[in-house]
Amino acid sequence: MDRSATSPSALTGVARGNGDAVFATIVRCAAVLILLGLGGMVAVMAWGARGAFATFGPAFIIDKAWNPVTQHFGAAAPVFGTLVTALLAIALAVPLAFGIAVWLTEIASARIAGVIGTLIQLLAAVPSIIFGMWGFAVLVPFMAHYVEPFAGHTLGRVPGIGPLFRGAPYGTGFLTGGMILAVMITPFISAVMRDVFLSMPAVLKESAYGLGMTRWEVVRRIILPWSRTSVVGGIMLGLGRALGETMAITFVIGNANHIGWSLFSPGNTIASLIALEFPESAMGSLKFSSLMAAGFLLMLISLGTLVCSRLLLRTRAAGR
Amino acid sequence: MAGRDNVTQAATAPCASGRWQGNGLSDMRRRMVDRVATGLCWAATVLVLLMLFSILFVLVRNGVGGLRWITFVHVTLPPGQGGGLANAIAGSLIQTGLAVLIGAPVGLLVGIYLAEFTATDGRFINMVRFISDLLLSAPSILVGLFIYMIVVVPTGHFSGIAGALALSMLVVPVVVRTTEDMLRLVPLSMREAAIALGAPRWRVILFVCLRAARDGVATGILLALARVSGETAPLLFTSLGNMNWSVSPAAPMASLPVTIYQYAGAAYEDWTALAWTGALLITAGILMINITVRLGLGRNRK
Repeated sequence: MDRSATSPSALTGVARGNGDAVFATIVRCAAVLILLGLGGMVAVMAWGARGAFATFGPAFIIDKAWNPVTQHFGAAAPVFGTLVTALLAIALAVPLAFGIAVWLTEIASARIAGVIGTLIQLLAAVPSIIFGMWGFAVLVPFMAHYVEPFAGHTLGRVPGIGPLFRGAPYGTGFLTGGMILAVMITPFISAVMRDVFLSMPAVLKESAYGLGMTRWEVVRRIILPWSRTSVVGGIMLGLGRALGETMAITFVIGNANHIGWSLFSPGNTIASLIALEFPESAMGSLKFSSLMAAGFLLMLISLGTLVCSRLLLRTRAAGR
Repeated sequence: MAGRDNVTQAATAPCASGRWQGNGLSDMRRRMVDRVATGLCWAATVLVLLMLFSILFVLVRNGVGGLRWITFVHVTLPPGQGGGLANAIAGSLIQTGLAVLIGAPVGLLVGIYLAEFTATDGRFINMVRFISDLLLSAPSILVGLFIYMIVVVPTGHFSGIAGALALSMLVVPVVVRTTEDMLRLVPLSMREAAIALGAPRWRVILFVCLRAARDGVATGILLALARVSGETAPLLFTSLGNMNWSVSPAAPMASLPVTIYQYAGAAYEDWTALAWTGALLITAGILMINITVRLGLGRNRK
């Protein structure tokens, strides 16, 4: 509208000043919209959660109960499940992502690295519900028939870490959830790592090779110290994604309100709890409010992680 | 890039001979460690590639049987009566289309703001960029809850437009990111030339810079489209799903991801088969967009 009105007289000074002012206002409004989006999300969650926090107080966070019959709700189990699956995912994904990033930048020839890198990025584009179906059809039976019975008979008898690997081999549970999340976030972390490794000045690596270092020593002693901040930032970015993942985890976590030592036992996460229970909770009920409160907690956890990640990644970008 | 390999080989050669290293035993140990580490890097890459191929294989094996004409032209029916995915496919196209129509202009404007207004409001720009990056990886189910509270509750019913709004919140940060990056690649001399010809700033930005960055910006919009077309969580509480043919954005609307979610957990064989077919369709579409975009990008950059 504005464009057509001003274009015939665009060369006159008045119209030019007007056009610029209008344009600047429009883009600033759009920018404010972004702030309102995130601010609104936090505010709406907090507002919806007020009933639960008023009823249960801060103890909501450490209360293990989730009982719609007695109207007694607590977020301890989903928070536990969210953190356990996300940390398991990180523990599994970081070595994989690091290996891939080193392979792409240091081992493979440039042409092959381009193709394989694209394939791995395609894995990041696969929607999370597809991972869920794949996990349910492939990973869960595999875990139930092979991995969990085997681990229960071997690792389960080791003193100290034994309790982690005992329990009925359902196939679904924290470990399977963590594994699905690991596959999902590995491409993200390896993409960040690869970009940092590639941005490193070649002369640093070349002089290290020139001094007779092996490839692994260059990676371990030169590349890793140089890129540590960004690598940690990338890992935090992956953690942030793992915390908020919904559909994939809903398929494989088993959906039980449960806290325990066994990695094989079914559990839930905040996101899977909301996905499953929100459709059957009435607006304004205590359960509704408790779900919003759990969502609010997830918001805080994941925003905290993402803020750390962005700050770490930005430090590097600014220092370069 | 080929030069890098030559440098690497030439550089490792003295180490391999190891004569000036003195202790041959520690030298051998170092080479062993290097071999093992290299092997593990190979293993990691192969393992993740295997996952990708396993996913694609399972999708094709379970989904290809449902790729029949009726799947595309018939709506979803109760179990045992046949039926297809026509309403889900149409709903997905409408909702992602609307989401891009709503989200892309906002994302474009914010991207322009971040790239072109640094001189005047730098502080605020850094904050907006930071928040936009946070939105990029915010849990998508919370976006669904947010839209439920501000759109579905006030209007009193689930609707396709609510689903589109939820998806558009995910489109915006992707478009912001690519638009800003692409605008920053436009050479300064082009802007200077346009300004010297007497064009006002908004015309320079819209008709010179944005036109020069056209391909990259379109790429960003396509990637955003690919990302939201597989999103399930934001649609669960906003457009809900619909078993009947409905193209009205004001009514609850079916979508492929939500239909897949409902059907995948069902105990009926024809429903799970349809869920796999839907999953195959959506993954094929998304991967197709991604491959096209990446091939195009690679050509432009080199």
